[in-house]
Amino acid sequence: MPDREQAAENESKDIQPRGRYFMRFTPGQRYLHAVLFTTFLGLAATGLPMRFSESIWARKFASVVGGFGSIIFFHKLFAVVLTLAFLIHVKDVFTRAWVHREKGIFWGSTSMVANWKDVKDLWGHLRWFVGLGPKPRFERYAYWEKFDYWAVFWGMIVIGFSGYAMWFAPFFARFLPGWALNAVLVIHSEEGLLAILFIFSIHFVNTHLRPDSFPMDMVIFTGVESEEEFKHKRALEYERLKAQGKLEAKIAEAPGIWQIKFSKVVGYTAIAIGLVLLVLTLSAYFS
Amino acid sequence: MKIDFFTAFTLGALLVAGSACPANAETDCLSCHGDKSLQDASGHSLCIDAGKFGASLHGSLKCADCHVTIKDYPHPDQVTPAECSSCHADQAAGLAGSVHSVKAEHPCTTCHGDAHAIFPKDDPKSAVYPLNIPRTCGACHGNDAMARKHGLPNVYPMYIDSIHGFALSREGLLVAANCQSCHGSHHILSHKDPQSPTYKSNIPKTCGSCHAGITADYMGGVHGKSIAAGDLKAPVCSDCHTAHAILQPTEAAFRMQSTPICGSCHKDKLSTYRDTFHSQLGALGGYVETARCWDCHGAHGILPASDPRSPVAPANLVATCGKCHAGANASFVQYQPHANARNRKMNPALYFVRLFMNLLLAGTLTFFVIHTMLWLIRSRYDQVKRRAAEGGKNA
Repeated sequence: MPDREQAAENESKDIQPRGRYFMRFTPGQRYLHAVLFTTFLGLAATGLPMRFSESIWARKFASVVGGFGSIIFFHKLFAVVLTLAFLIHVKDVFTRAWVHREKGIFWGSTSMVANWKDVKDLWGHLRWFVGLGPKPRFERYAYWEKFDYWAVFWGMIVIGFSGYAMWFAPFFARFLPGWALNAVLVIHSEEGLLAILFIFSIHFVNTHLRPDSFPMDMVIFTGVESEEEFKHKRALEYERLKAQGKLEAKIAEAPGIWQIKFSKVVGYTAIAIGLVLLVLTLSAYFS
Repeated sequence: MKIDFFTAFTLGALLVAGSACPANAETDCLSCHGDKSLQDASGHSLCIDAGKFGASLHGSLKCADCHVTIKDYPHPDQVTPAECSSCHADQAAGLAGSVHSVKAEHPCTTCHGDAHAIFPKDDPKSAVYPLNIPRTCGACHGNDAMARKHGLPNVYPMYIDSIHGFALSREGLLVAANCQSCHGSHHILSHKDPQSPTYKSNIPKTCGSCHAGITADYMGGVHGKSIAAGDLKAPVCSDCHTAHAILQPTEAAFRMQSTPICGSCHKDKLSTYRDTFHSQLGALGGYVETARCWDCHGAHGILPASDPRSPVAPANLVATCGKCHAGANASFVQYQPHANARNRKMNPALYFVRLFMNLLLAGTLTFFVIHTMLWLIRSRYDQVKRRAAEGGKNA
């Protein structure tokens, strides 16, 4: 964990007490991510053999798990679980915004909704990449994190709708034109491919494999991160909370050893499966 | 083997030397040839089992009826082989123009067995009894070396594991097709010979001698009409079902192999079928119920969609799709099982959907791959620089 090492190196100079941890994700958000990545891996593992059904590995995989019948069964099972998780999330967002009247859900520094600062951050970040400007300072959710969120959100609607349209084609045919039944397979498979390629390459690198987080960002598993990491990655949020006097309310317990070990096992397994699927996808796509 | 019997007469004749007795008295012949130890110079038995011979189809014949060159005793050492054709002229004539015409390689006894123990073809003891025919033919046509020598497929194993072979060997069905049902018996011709029942354009009639209903159906369809019109590119029974290794068509293995067979001619249709979910499921196996060509188009009497009797005629689509898709309706059957997303003229909506999805995929990935590569390089550079400045390790 380079960041932890760096944190340790910095600690002598740091005036903050050692080892303060801050809550970033609630247990509900972590469970949502767990359900999301488990079902996503399942959907990818069962969807890819269908997309590349002519490839040798797809047929091998199909024969091992019991043929197409079993692949489509699990694909639909994961799809239903993910749909439920998605609907629960949407309900939560609206409950927080309209029932509990929570501020900052749809607008402001803590919102997932993109704003003008995200455009400036993207531009500034690109300039920093090539040495033309300073590194932008980020709020609670950086632009690439918002992109990840909305990519999944849009993907859920697009893949979900096209998937259910194929599953219940005679029903959907009552209000969709005939060509749409042809189009849903194209949409489903292309959007699925995009999601798989994006998550297993871009999301893995942006979130886990880049030097600041390498080899894995544990925060989505443990829910907490060290003060140094917080300050380094999201300086604006840290300063805003400090200025508002809300920082102390975010202090949480350091993650237990078992929690880190468990997270590592789960996280590395997910990343390993994802990378294997990525290699298979690329090999099938370019063959 | 046959020559042995003639040598036996020679020896027999020697034994009763000096006698002028004509050799048509069976007891005289058997006085030598009844001896079990009687052998020719190469050690083959020259003994005739009088009991078996008497019970055989030829039992009422006299020795000299076939062994016509032996008039007297003693008979010469070398005798002319018996000519089956002297009685069986039609069969001999048939054989003469056939693939088995070289007599030295295919004497009658190779198929019919010992002429002294021959039985009618409806007797289960006969080598040409319907249930015994595959084994009889298989003695040569199940032999790899023989198949290679003549450039023929080794057909016996294929046949015996086929639906016809199983019906014959397992169920003992006399009506199951055996070799001669399709190839004939004496006048067997190469499948390249237009007179042969296995010549391409004759195959529907040949199969139709049992499968009359299917052949009638086939002859009414596009393939049958093309064959009848002399177009030999059109498929006949054996093109889809194979000639010898015929499978039960509802079997998974046949369903898996059927699509590429149709696609070997209908290449453009196979290519567009491959793009569909029907094909994707089908290719994975284990779920053989997915629609293959003939589930929609019919198998034998295939008709163009413009024919109102065709299962793919617009008016019949709801019923055809409804075989699998419960609740199929007029809108549902607007689905195109052979849509081509790459063809802008034929399928404009699909073409633009695919174009949009491809641009979205390529655009998103291109932007983020560049973005993330630059980010990786930049943050690694920063990390190394920062650590170096702090005098720590730099990796």
